Amino acid sequence: MKKRVLSVLTAAVMTTAMVLSGCSGSQTAATTAAPAETKAETAAETTAAKTEEATTAAAPAEKKEIVVGFSQVGAESDWRTANTESMKSTFTEANGYKLIFDDAQQKQENQLKAVRNFIQQDVDYIVIAPVTETGWDTVLQEAKDAGIPVIIVDRMINVSDDSLYTAWVGSNFLQEGYDAVAWLDEYLKKNNRADDDINIVTLQGTIGSSAQIGRTNGVEEKMKDHPKWKMLERQTGEFTQAKGQEVMESFLKTYDDIDVVIAENDNMAFGAIDAIKAAGKTCGPKGDIIIISFDAVAAAFDSMIAGDMNVSVECNPLHGPRVAEIIQKLEKGEKVDKIAYVKEGVFPADTAEAEKPKRQY
Amino acid sequence: MKKREKLDGKVFLLIITILLFLVMYAAGLIIFNSKGFAKPQVFLNLFISNAGLIVIAAGMTMVMITGGIDISVGSVVAMTCMMLAWMMENKGIGAVTALLIVLIMGIVFGLVQGFFIAYLKLQPFIVTLAGMFFARGMTAIISQEMISIKNEMFLKWAKSKINLTFLGGAVNKKGVINYPFIYPSVIIALVTLIGIFILLKFTKFGRTIYAVGGNEQSALMMGLNVRRTKLLVYVINGFLCSLGGFLFALNTCAGFVEQAKGFEMEAIASAVIGGTLLTGGVGNVFGSLFGVLIKGTIETFITFQGTLSSWWTKITIAALLAFFIILQSLFAKAKEKQ
Repeated sequence: MKKRVLSVLTAAVMTTAMVLSGCSGSQTAATTAAPAETKAETAAETTAAKTEEATTAAAPAEKKEIVVGFSQVGAESDWRTANTESMKSTFTEANGYKLIFDDAQQKQENQLKAVRNFIQQDVDYIVIAPVTETGWDTVLQEAKDAGIPVIIVDRMINVSDDSLYTAWVGSNFLQEGYDAVAWLDEYLKKNNRADDDINIVTLQGTIGSSAQIGRTNGVEEKMKDHPKWKMLERQTGEFTQAKGQEVMESFLKTYDDIDVVIAENDNMAFGAIDAIKAAGKTCGPKGDIIIISFDAVAAAFDSMIAGDMNVSVECNPLHGPRVAEIIQKLEKGEKVDKIAYVKEGVFPADTAEAEKPKRQY
Repeated sequence: MKKREKLDGKVFLLIITILLFLVMYAAGLIIFNSKGFAKPQVFLNLFISNAGLIVIAAGMTMVMITGGIDISVGSVVAMTCMMLAWMMENKGIGAVTALLIVLIMGIVFGLVQGFFIAYLKLQPFIVTLAGMFFARGMTAIISQEMISIKNEMFLKWAKSKINLTFLGGAVNKKGVINYPFIYPSVIIALVTLIGIFILLKFTKFGRTIYAVGGNEQSALMMGLNVRRTKLLVYVINGFLCSLGGFLFALNTCAGFVEQAKGFEMEAIASAVIGGTLLTGGVGNVFGSLFGVLIKGTIETFITFQGTLSSWWTKITIAALLAFFIILQSLFAKAKEKQ
């Protein structure tokens, strides 16, 4: 009997050993493959230069390599994936960086673990796209004690001491609101409706989210310059297509003269478009109701090309280059701004066809 | 003779778990040596990040020894964090009072679940499933918004580093000397663990728990109070859940509906990897501790590796679980043959 147990045990230990060695094997394979790739890239870039020169050029760059640990929220949306890709394509070995990427799977506790591991790996910079605004005091204190600068991207964090992070990179939601109003103003002038009374309804995002607050306030602030515009009603569609449709249906029942719908994200705009069509009305550049949306995801471009949506104000997920800029400044010992916004565009329907292929998300 | 064989099986499972952890850690030392895996802090971080889970896995082990299960623990942790945050931030209740209230709440929660399971003879899975939904729902009712804990006393508990200078400091790239450290949460977790270990091994109550889980009928015939034992186990587990929740809150400093989702499964996985039998009667809280540490080590591997998807943690845990369950069934079969 004992023999059998023992044989089972040895078999078990052997399998674990195999699993483990297999694991480490693939890891070394991955690490050796990576420099080979970058070498190939540098070689390709400097086709004119001799191969010898290319290898010597690559060597010192590798030594100065800046290690960046990036803790990402997860991969819940196209926007998020584009955000991750932006980081990955910016912090490449070819650019002199080494990126350690960690997907937190939407859990704050995973991010805390990741940041602690980054500290132990002696990274040069820690970049966090926080899952939550709260709970950063302890772990950022640990990073500060270790002298590692922390850059926050996308969502803002809520800490007792601002010196716990070096900079924040993200979208200026207020500006997005301004941009939407500016576009509408111009569009109305172009269509000789500048002197008309304009009735507007808004599908707000999840109340309290920074995108909702910024966009609502931005629009409201700039609407004061347009006394002929009237905000009939604002209601939350919670950033979802289904809720957006539901709220739009009730708007259409209450008001029969809606000129403009402002949807605080693309998904709600899609829902609103469905509701408008179901009610037998038309929207888009050739329709009765003007649809203004935010985010400018790929599906929004499809919607604009199909002639349903008028404009989408971008919420740019490509944070990588902006973060790299900050890191380069810090490397030189320069001071950086605490708040850094990414550049964001406005995409009206008539440009959609041309812009679509250039979009990365 | 029979007794010795059974004991051997139990010890074997525990030894395999500990060996596995050591082998994994050694592998990490070899593979990630250049990346600083050898730092004592990497090891200590396993405890810092998992202090709550260590306590909860200990409670889960107790419940599983009786042959039961508790899948409400993740939700109870979320509710505890939320209660703490809400009481301190929105109601201005002091940190100590808030802590006492949540601990009592945990005990009451365990009492209710235990009553249903022990006295009304309902399936633990169903009862705690209801508990899981209830606690998660209550968390959302208290507040759908995230609440950040700013209470000074609480933050002091959370942030007071205990430097272990005797382990020696290390100078990092930025020229800063860092000493290995732990937080008070780690000490609380380990003391609790030892307490539960003593309770299970060296008290009459502990032996009764094993007897009840091993064979409820014979335990009854031996004149043991099965129902009361089960009830007490769930009460202690409820207390450990809220204590674990408090340790969790010390780490995250926030109350949030989405917190600790899937925590119950991590606790169960840790217990199983640590040699606890789902059928009851066998289990050791130190095994569960190593189960937690193994999970933590896999996570550390993945961040140190830097390019692997973190979802590999789940896949590796799945493989380990399958491995340990097969091992358990082999031992069970061996026992039957005798």
